[in-house]
Order: sequence, then C-alpha cells, then structure tokens
Amino acid sequence: MPLYSETIHSLHEKLREGTVTSTMITQSVLDRISEVDGKVRCYLTVTREAALEAAGQSDERFRKGDVSSPLDGIPLGIKDIFLTEGVRTTAGSRILENFVPPYDGTPVSRLKKAGAVITGKLNMDEFAMGSSNENSGFFPTLNPWDKARVPGGSSGGSAAAVAAGEAIATLGTDTGGSIRQPASHCGVVGLKPTYGRVSRYGVIAFASSLDQVGPLTRDVRDCAIMLKAIAGHDPADSTSARVPVPDYPSLLTGDISGMKIGLPVEYFPEGLDPEVEAPVRKAAEALEKRGASLVSVSLPSTRYAVATYYIIAPAEASSNLARYDGVKYGVRLSDQGGLLEMYRQTRSKGFGPEVKRRIMLGTFALSAGYYDAYYGKAQRVRTLIRREFEEVFSKVDLLLSPASPTPAFPLGDRVEDPLRMYMCDMFTIPVNIAGLAAVSLPCGLTPGNLPVGVQLIGPAFREEVLLNAAYAYEGERGEFPNCKVL
Amino acid sequence: MKITREIVRHVADLARLELGPEEALKMESQLGDILGYIGLLDGLDLSGIPPTSHVQEIFNVMREDEARSSLPVEKGLANAPDREGTAFKVPKVIE
Repeated sequence: MPLYSETIHSLHEKLREGTVTSTMITQSVLDRISEVDGKVRCYLTVTREAALEAAGQSDERFRKGDVSSPLDGIPLGIKDIFLTEGVRTTAGSRILENFVPPYDGTPVSRLKKAGAVITGKLNMDEFAMGSSNENSGFFPTLNPWDKARVPGGSSGGSAAAVAAGEAIATLGTDTGGSIRQPASHCGVVGLKPTYGRVSRYGVIAFASSLDQVGPLTRDVRDCAIMLKAIAGHDPADSTSARVPVPDYPSLLTGDISGMKIGLPVEYFPEGLDPEVEAPVRKAAEALEKRGASLVSVSLPSTRYAVATYYIIAPAEASSNLARYDGVKYGVRLSDQGGLLEMYRQTRSKGFGPEVKRRIMLGTFALSAGYYDAYYGKAQRVRTLIRREFEEVFSKVDLLLSPASPTPAFPLGDRVEDPLRMYMCDMFTIPVNIAGLAAVSLPCGLTPGNLPVGVQLIGPAFREEVLLNAAYAYEGERGEFPNCKVL
Repeated sequence: MKITREIVRHVADLARLELGPEEALKMESQLGDILGYIGLLDGLDLSGIPPTSHVQEIFNVMREDEARSSLPVEKGLANAPDREGTAFKVPKVIE
C-alpha cells in the first residue's frame, strides 16, 4: 500500500520502527497531490517547501527519540477557514483572496505543536455556506469516487483530500453538517465534536452558536488521535469548555455490550432513499451483533430543525460577516463615492450569491419589526429540540441515523434551488442546534459505487462513548474499500 | 410573510449590499421561498418556552486585568488595503 493511503496510526508505527521517515511520507503525499489534484481540485494552496521542512524537523526528532505525539511527522491538510501564519487563508471567498494571517489559530497551532506536517489549505464552500463545494469563490472540488458528482460541503476539500490520498487526515468545521455530510459522500470518517470541545480561536466565524472544529480521517482510531490533539480549553476562546480531555485513543475497546442505541423514527422518514436506508440499517444490525440493543425512539421536533437553523445561522452570519468591509484586511473593490459606497461595492463584488442570500436572510430576521417573529421564535424552537435530545439521552446512550438523505448528487443539480440544497443537512442540523457530538462513518456503497455514511449521535462531552461505538462498528464492518480516483 | 421589492431594497441597504435589478428579482423570489418554508414554525405553541441563545451555560468569562503582548502594529496593518502611518485609511466620510 502506498504511504499516502495509510492511516495515522499505521504510519506512526512505521516511523517509530524507523522503516519510513516523515520526509518519505510527506513526499508520497505531495507526489499524490501532483498526480491527482488536477482532477479532484481539493487544494487552494499547497505548502510544499514548508511541509518538507517540517518533515525534516520531525525526522530529526525521531532520530533523537524526542517524539511524544502520534501526529509527529504526519502530513495533514487544513480547511481554508483556519488561520495559518504567513499562508494565505481565504475561507473560499474572493473577498479574502489576498489575506495572509499574522498568526496561527489554536487548532492549527496545536497540530503543529504535536509535530504534524501541514500540506496546505483545502477548498470549501464560501464562508462554509453550502453542502456541495460549488459555492467556493474559486472552483468546485469534485468527488473522487465520481467526478461528475459533488464531494459535499462545506468541508468538501477536506473530505475529498482524505479519500483521494492527498492528505493522511484533515481538519474541517461543522455548523450544520459541514464535516459529516462530505465525510458521508466521500467515504471517510468525520467527527463533529460537542460545542465547546475544540477552541475556535483563529477559525473564521460563520454562525458562532453552532460552529465547531473537527477531524476527517480514514478510520476511527485516527479520529480519536486527532481529537485528542485539538480538544481542550483555550483561554483565547471563552466559549471553549473547561472539561477535561479523555485519552480518546486508549478508550477504544470495541466493547459495547449493554449499550442502548436509539433509532429515531423521524430520521428514517417514508420515502427515504433505499440505497441509503439499507446500509444504514445494516450498520445498526452490526452494532446489535456486537452486543448493543436497538430501541425505536422519537424526536418529534426534528421536522422544525432545518427551518430553525435557517433563521439562526444566517442571523449570526449576517453579524459575523459585517467585518468584511474593505478596511482592515481582504480586498477593497472601490475607492469612488465615499465610505458607504466603498463598503457596498466591496461587499457586493466580493461575496458570492449564497453568502449574499444568507446575509440578506439574516439581516431580515434580525431587523426591526421581524426579530420576535423570526429570531426570537427560532431560539424558542431551539429549546424544544434540545429538550427532546436531553430526554432521549436519559433512555439511550447513542442515536443512529443516516448522515445524509442521499448519496453524492451530480454537480449543478441543486445550486439553483437553495431550499433543496438546504435539505441535504436535515439529519445533521439538529445536532448543531443542540450542541451535541456526532460522527459519520462509511457503512456501504450504493449499486452505483457511491459511499453512504451512518451517523452516530451522542450526548455532550461523551465523544469517548461515541468513538468507541464507531470503533466497534468498524471492526464488525471490516475494511472499507479505497476510492480509486480515475 | 410576503417578500416585496421594497423589503429586499431596505434589507440590502441595512446589509451594505447593492443588488443589480436581476439579482434583486432573484433574491425576492428565493427569500420568499425560504421564508415560506420557515413558515413551518408558525403553527407552534411556544408559550412558556424560554429561548436558547447558547447551548452551554456560559456567563462572562473574566481574567485578571493585566497587560499582555498583542499583535504588533506593523503585523496588524500588513493586510490593510490602504493605510497612512499607523492607521487604516478609508475614503472620505464627510463631504
């Protein structure tokens, strides 16, 4: 097996044995990028020289026996929403096409501190708004399983890069499904940790009460390794939680006997695509075989989640994106006609259609006379959704559902119909609204050879339970086929 | 909720966006569709349900009031589209 398609833990083993070096692994990944990225288009920026330099430093540490992290020397790709010192960071937007951050955000600095090698910055829907990567201000990333289809979004570049062998693992963000849905479409593991689990300092904000950082990986053990490295309180992010970080990898026992897993009826609606439903139900049976018991549960307010989200997320986005005004950083697109005109021209030309749509929607929902009818109401429905999850988690340990209602869809299929695009996230959005943790992992292929993801949802700050169940499932499922990029 | 051309114009103005005639028309119909869907929430009885603004019970987080190092001025200004001395420069505000 080529080095670029191995896992973090298998490569770490080889690095420790001294049978490979970080330079060899990094070179293998960089060569793979040269070979396939012209077809898949995951990267907005490849940092070759910096990567090889970091790899050389890691090799030095291995020679000296000065290695403490399993990420040391491992090439990772970073969604272009994370600030990286001295490396252009665009959030997929033309308005930031020239922005070079003066510092590293906390998730990136923690990975670097662990010795990881950063290969570059990955494509995404503009400001993380989208489910297909077609909203990137630069170009769409394609699904490596089928290049006529989308990789999902908004962390589409991050998911496709792991599937195509263009990084060993990647970092993404998830506001309504932006890690789990592309993970599902690309056949990789994607974790959205609990709200507050990972610091968001130096992560470009979309919807601050929903955004969370998480890893995309080839297997569950890698996911546990990545989470361990990035999780934990950060004084620079006052919303990061002061909750101890368990040693996630060592808690993967695969023993789930006695675990109760709920199947919410609302997540298996009538008319659900049978190509999705069949492998997801098979995944549930696999967990049952491992000693878990399956229970049917109900979360009736699920049907309000997408509507609630499309008030809260745009409202917060309209406020967060007010900072792109052509003054402090990013592009300025007019100097004519005074300050107000400069704002208007810069924002109108700098933002793409979906971002403008959400700014408009959010500004409307927060504007005088409409606040109570929209934003105020959505916050109350949010309470209903949260309460139902709290209640159900007094009865079951985890919930199981499809990650996405369909497999990857064709490019251009939904881009002119925003509402249909929004429905891609109907099974992932409720998790963000309630601030819970959830993971998507591959559970099968459709007859057309497209991956399908099963989602496991857990209570807040119980990622170790979630990952252990995912690990048990993975053991029962066996190897998932590698994607052949054609 | 009916989205009119006037609402689109007013909201665009609040958001500091300028929409071309075609763009405004498309926005009117798409916002109408989305808000029509959001109307799903209209039938809900929410009396006595408190709002959730944040999923965690986080209150003001305080630290000691002590000086710390921050971004140096040159680094802070490095991305500015226009500057003068140690300041961000903007087009004329007052005629």
